[in-house]
Amino acid sequence: MKKIATGNKAIAEAVKQALPEVVAAYPITPQTEIVETIADYVTSGQMKSRYIPVESEHSAMAACIGASITGVRTFTATSAHGLLYMHEMTNWAAGARLPIVMANVNRSLGPGWNIWAEHTDAMQERDTGWLQVYVSTVQEAYDTTLMAFRIAEHNDVLLPVMVNLDGFSLSHIMQPLDTVEPGDFIPKIHLPHAIDTKNPTGYGGLTGPDQHFRFRWEIERSMRDSEKVIAATEKDFAKRFGRSYGPTENYRCEDADVILIAMGTLGKEAEVAIDILRNEGIRAGSMRLRWFRPFPKLELAGKEVIVIDRDYSFGYGGIVAHEIMAKCHCDVFSVIAGLGGQEVTYDDIAEFVRKRRIGDEFWFGVTNHV
Amino acid sequence: MIIAEIPKEEYIKKCTSACAGCSSSLTLRYVLKAAGHDTVLVVPACCTSVIQGIYPNTAMNVPVYNVAFAAAAACASGMTEAFQAQGKKTHVIVYAGDGGTLDIGIQSMSGAFERGTDFLYICYDNEAYGNTGMQRSGATPLGAKTTTTPTGKTVEKKDIDAIAAAHHLEYMATACSAYPQDIYKKVAKALTFRGPTFIHILAPCPPGWRYPTEKTIEMGKLAVKSGMWVLYEREHGKLTIGAPSKAAMKKPLPLEDYLAPQGRFKGIDAKSLETLKQHLAANLNKLAAEEAQP
Repeated sequence: MKKIATGNKAIAEAVKQALPEVVAAYPITPQTEIVETIADYVTSGQMKSRYIPVESEHSAMAACIGASITGVRTFTATSAHGLLYMHEMTNWAAGARLPIVMANVNRSLGPGWNIWAEHTDAMQERDTGWLQVYVSTVQEAYDTTLMAFRIAEHNDVLLPVMVNLDGFSLSHIMQPLDTVEPGDFIPKIHLPHAIDTKNPTGYGGLTGPDQHFRFRWEIERSMRDSEKVIAATEKDFAKRFGRSYGPTENYRCEDADVILIAMGTLGKEAEVAIDILRNEGIRAGSMRLRWFRPFPKLELAGKEVIVIDRDYSFGYGGIVAHEIMAKCHCDVFSVIAGLGGQEVTYDDIAEFVRKRRIGDEFWFGVTNHV
Repeated sequence: MIIAEIPKEEYIKKCTSACAGCSSSLTLRYVLKAAGHDTVLVVPACCTSVIQGIYPNTAMNVPVYNVAFAAAAACASGMTEAFQAQGKKTHVIVYAGDGGTLDIGIQSMSGAFERGTDFLYICYDNEAYGNTGMQRSGATPLGAKTTTTPTGKTVEKKDIDAIAAAHHLEYMATACSAYPQDIYKKVAKALTFRGPTFIHILAPCPPGWRYPTEKTIEMGKLAVKSGMWVLYEREHGKLTIGAPSKAAMKKPLPLEDYLAPQGRFKGIDAKSLETLKQHLAANLNKLAAEEAQP
């Protein structure tokens, strides 16, 4: 069905269709519309879920954990400070192998209070064992959320999935949305280690070094296996509903000498910049990074690579840029742009490419182009 | 003569890694006898995290969900809702220490109470962070020495019962590990209520309080007989003081009888002792007055 929706509404719509038994959430700008919409669906009887209005994000994730371990589908949504406040429990969720799905509306971290888009919040969850995907359009937010439940709950994965969307620049903008009838696209959840009082077992008790080590490896093995599950899920989604994305969404990359990599809405904006650059005779392409965990294999050999980071690791560098440099053994032009919702246009992005200095780092709006 | 109908089933096996004379594992034994097999225990970081044993073994014969320190009540909220969504009537019981209740867990407990979560929250109170080696908690009494109050605590124990009562719970109670039948009855009763219920159980700790292990029951009885700990239940807001505490109110043992056998109170200063006595008397008067209300 064709609609017009915000990124937040699209997420709520997908959650309504995935029908988790339990949603637990705490409000935070710019995520509020997701939880308000779900609360309204539940209250009005459009969605037969239980909505737990918890008193903090730490408790939101704790409640999802408590619900999930009984074998039901669970969802929460948060942003920025909320995500960091639940950090202890995001680790617990992954370690407990619980397929919780969470929307994180990417926002900067204080001080000072800034409610606009930045990826540093989710980057600080990088090593928790959550799968992370970054979306760029309202349609993609909807499609990816539906896929997230199937991927998380797959027996070869059983890890939580975080769907990231940029605060305001995606959460609050209106775009066309084509909703689907998911049918059996998301199979009935079956959690092999669900609590069963007829077969009592312990969960998360004292664990010695050898066993702990093995459990960590099992998380990593499932993270690696999730690549196949993601691919198969996307393939089935494309077959049923006609849309696909991939671990990266590539635009005019086939014959490109210069590859521009970004995540979220800036990655989509980059496609316009690519068209401008192509008209100028620069053979550029955009490789929008969608799945950040598991980190995909990128084909960058022989290319000039420019990475836009909407995040930063102080004392180190742009986080995505450095992950690419390490994983792909290449040097890049690292652009830091869009922090705290800084406006970055396609013209700005085109200029990043024109004035690229491979091996250098550039803070847009702070340091000058050479 | 049958003195109490307490089931023979054991849900906590003899292979725990509890300290000798541990009263919290004794307490848990009776909690679980009252709750029965269709129960999930949610346990935040506390002595019980260790007592249940090391993976892949467990001394527990009900599912135990161990969760982060601050998270027990919120975890129970999610679990309860999920069981209800599946049409299950499984009891969800949080079994948390005093640190996990009065300090780090107070927010999630208050949230779960306010939301009306259908669960039983049990705080077993050994008046310090026992699992980490007896650091002071909000439950440590005035004058008690802990590893972080080496000369005795300079402030008083937090009144968690008043805080719990402020949530207008349908049922809340206090208990003590030295009175297992009372624990059994109160847990069984709490589980008949819909919505949140709370039981605060004093659980003396031999290594932490520094008394011989064989005195664990005696220490609990002295706490009650001196009036330092009062057994009561508050049902639909109506307070009933338990018989042992009624007797203690009429003729309390001197507080010194309770404090003297405990190393943690050794050398307590006169001012702290006097304050403890005054507050003990004030508490007994307050509870007696509340019980006397129509």
